[in-house]
Amino acid sequence: MEDLGEIVGEFLMESHENLDQIDRDLVALEQEPGSRDLISRIFRAIHTIKGTSGFLAFSRLETLAHAGESLLSRLRDGVQPVTPTTITTLLATIDGVRSLLEAIEQDGNEGDVDVDSIITAVHAQMNAPAEAAAAPVASTGAVEAPEPLEEKPVRPAPEPVEGQRKPLGEMLVESGAAAPSDVGSALQQQLEGDERKLGAILLEEGKAQPAAVSEALQAQAPKRSVADSAIRVDVDLLDGLMNLVGELVLARNQLVRGVMETGDSGLVRSAQRLGMITSELQEGIMKTRMQPIEHIWSKLPRVIRDLSQSLGKQVELVMEGKETELDRSLLEAVKDPLTHLVRNAVDHGIEEADKRVAAGKPAVGTLTLRAYHEGGHVAVDVADDGAGMDVDRIAAKAVEKGLLRAEQIATMDKREIMAMVFQPGFSTAAKVTNVSGRGVGMDVVKTNIERIGGAVSVDSTLGEGTVWRLTIPLTLAIIQALTVDCGDQRYVVPQVAVLELVFIDGQSTKIEYASGAPVYRLRGKLLPLVRLDRALGLDVGGDQGVYIMVLHADGRRFGLVVDRVLNTEEVVVKALNSRFKDIGLYAGATILGDGKVGLILDVSSLARRSHLTADSDRENLVGTSRASGGPANGERLLVTAVGERRVAIPLDAVTRLEEFPRDRIEHAGSREVVQYRGQILPLVRLSHLLGAYSETEEGDTVSVVVYSEGERSVALVVDRIVDIAENSTTARREAEEDGLVGTAVIQQRVTELLDVRRAILAADPNFYTEVPDPMLVEA
Amino acid sequence: MASRQFATFEVADQLFGVEVHTVQEVLSYNEYTPVPLAPPAVGGLFNLRGQVIAAVDLRVQLGLVRQAMQGPVMNVILRGDGEPVSLLVDRIGEVVDLDDEAFEGPPDTLSGPTRELVTGTFKMDGRLMLALDVNQAVDTYRATT
Repeated sequence: MEDLGEIVGEFLMESHENLDQIDRDLVALEQEPGSRDLISRIFRAIHTIKGTSGFLAFSRLETLAHAGESLLSRLRDGVQPVTPTTITTLLATIDGVRSLLEAIEQDGNEGDVDVDSIITAVHAQMNAPAEAAAAPVASTGAVEAPEPLEEKPVRPAPEPVEGQRKPLGEMLVESGAAAPSDVGSALQQQLEGDERKLGAILLEEGKAQPAAVSEALQAQAPKRSVADSAIRVDVDLLDGLMNLVGELVLARNQLVRGVMETGDSGLVRSAQRLGMITSELQEGIMKTRMQPIEHIWSKLPRVIRDLSQSLGKQVELVMEGKETELDRSLLEAVKDPLTHLVRNAVDHGIEEADKRVAAGKPAVGTLTLRAYHEGGHVAVDVADDGAGMDVDRIAAKAVEKGLLRAEQIATMDKREIMAMVFQPGFSTAAKVTNVSGRGVGMDVVKTNIERIGGAVSVDSTLGEGTVWRLTIPLTLAIIQALTVDCGDQRYVVPQVAVLELVFIDGQSTKIEYASGAPVYRLRGKLLPLVRLDRALGLDVGGDQGVYIMVLHADGRRFGLVVDRVLNTEEVVVKALNSRFKDIGLYAGATILGDGKVGLILDVSSLARRSHLTADSDRENLVGTSRASGGPANGERLLVTAVGERRVAIPLDAVTRLEEFPRDRIEHAGSREVVQYRGQILPLVRLSHLLGAYSETEEGDTVSVVVYSEGERSVALVVDRIVDIAENSTTARREAEEDGLVGTAVIQQRVTELLDVRRAILAADPNFYTEVPDPMLVEA
Repeated sequence: MASRQFATFEVADQLFGVEVHTVQEVLSYNEYTPVPLAPPAVGGLFNLRGQVIAAVDLRVQLGLVRQAMQGPVMNVILRGDGEPVSLLVDRIGEVVDLDDEAFEGPPDTLSGPTRELVTGTFKMDGRLMLALDVNQAVDTYRATT
């Protein structure tokens, strides 16, 4: 844009703003076709564009704007009614103007944008009496001849005053600064051809005080004074200032820390003052970058209108909290995901009018956009009162796609299941439309929102509607974070991901292991744990005196085990050198209070990676213990509960621990079986085998221990997985009972050792016929 | 006669050099943040006036044992492609003017990782300086064998 004159630049910027406003007003006009205010406002805006383009010699732009203006003047004068078709034509005109402006911005001239077809359409509108007859408003005007095409542009010269400002005379009379008769005679003079303004006439004739007139003029034009007090600032300049403030925050943090150590009260006071000023400055600079979310919402009424028309749906848009402000760069990043959610809601959420009526809902669907502050974040809801999402269908789809195992569904709550729609390639749309349903989109929405440190979630009630919620940080550059220690290094965790902190003292709170996978019982539910030191490939520390940070990411909750949690701090996010992007565990870097560089952890990739490693860890565990050969002192045992008895199974005999829904158990002959990973898995109930009373018949699921060898697997049904223990073989004796190889004292309790071979043969008598495994007999 | 200016430094007693215009600055720094799971040649990150700089351990790149990273280590900070990157070296030498005539390709007997990092040899008085290929030297994903 440098080679364009400043005037053209200003014109482009102003026109773009005007066009956005016109878009909104046109859509609003469709809702209330009678609003003269709206028509006048649109008219004025288009008139301004036409005037300036004529002045700048953009002749095609002028012609196009003129055509739109002619149509509008007919609407304004009531010659023609406002119909959806006229609105569509006018919107097309606005789009034409927009593409012309874009061409001008890029190439400096109007390029080869096609305006003639639009102009023809506009003229066709003005010559369409059939339409006009449809609406009673225009029944009188329809007979009037359409305006000739060559008609001189209407110049509504003094008009901008109308409807917006009070006439000056009226104000002067009201404030008592001028007598009604004086104002009347002055107006009369104007009508008789006096070119002077009303205030000037009154002043020159001494009918009013200069101070009173200028006061009235100022009161009359409040808009102007706002325009005068605002300036346009280059975003780069603001970004530069933002960076400097970031530096200042760092320097302040370092200084404050240093000063605190000296303990000099005078210095401490100065440092505190500096701290306060820095915070205020930071806030101020942030404010300059803040823009109301209305900025990106303004395009949505148009999107919704076009889309709902093409789909034949009726959608009313409600916007709440459009003054909520967000950092400019964030607004940009949120724009596309938000548009996608809105399109999706209109396309899939809100039903066709007849379906809605049949369901007892109003024919017009409501789409609500809601923005509000929530604990240092901005939440943006896209809520519709449409069909809602079917959790069972999503669950079925997820299983079908192999994203979840059927038995996992039972333990997941509704929202966790619905979060599956954010998985790549996931779409429950029955049919693919050109709007959505192709299975691309929701995962992109999620990636984009998470890239800016935000989160996205969905909640839905079948038949009542769906709420998509975006949680967005207020700003990109500075985030609230927790600093944690792991090993001898310090790491930074964005606070947005942190739900709570738990201290593990090893007594009342402790980390437990399920087949090698660390878990913690958080209010009765098992929370999978990720050891940060392990995830980072460092030396793995102990389980006592550590902290669990309960984090959420990707719709999952997990606990991150760290050595120490230090404090919350505002940190300035620095982009990390591109060579570290591949590692994926870091979201960026920052300068800590002591001047050292700290790595900011990427919580969602940590979650993803650790879910993978949890699986492979378990397999490694099984693999290594098997490789190490037969049972020896210190073998690892899986302790299970069967009735009131504790039964231990050598861990190297275990492939996986699973939960199966009780209704998945089928019968083959006299045996119980279950379908598992494309195989028929024979079940053996240890309670039957050992003659114990089972205690949990009423549960929905059964806990099983899967043992596989080669192609074959069997499942041993237990009541409960208790623990994993080392068998130090303090007291052991041979058993007299069938199915057991002996008993031992494990964790101060008498525990029976299962004869695995015997149990397996009970489930599948042919299990060993091909590949006998002598190692197992010893177990 | 064309001549070029080189900033020189030593690693394991061998003199290396990079063209002066590729160097942003030279400084010693003693607090590096290790990056777990990063390639072994990454010595760590440090704070250069508010900018986070990655330090590449030239010793590792040359197939040697890594810097101990205890106490101050010298950094040759290269302008890099868009973002500065630092080379960790043992000692900083002088800036020297070298004639193109003093230049020869790397000796045939030079092999191993060093061979891939070096563009040629400058014959100085009583010493040989190996000219580093800057891009290769900071490429931490280069296979070091």
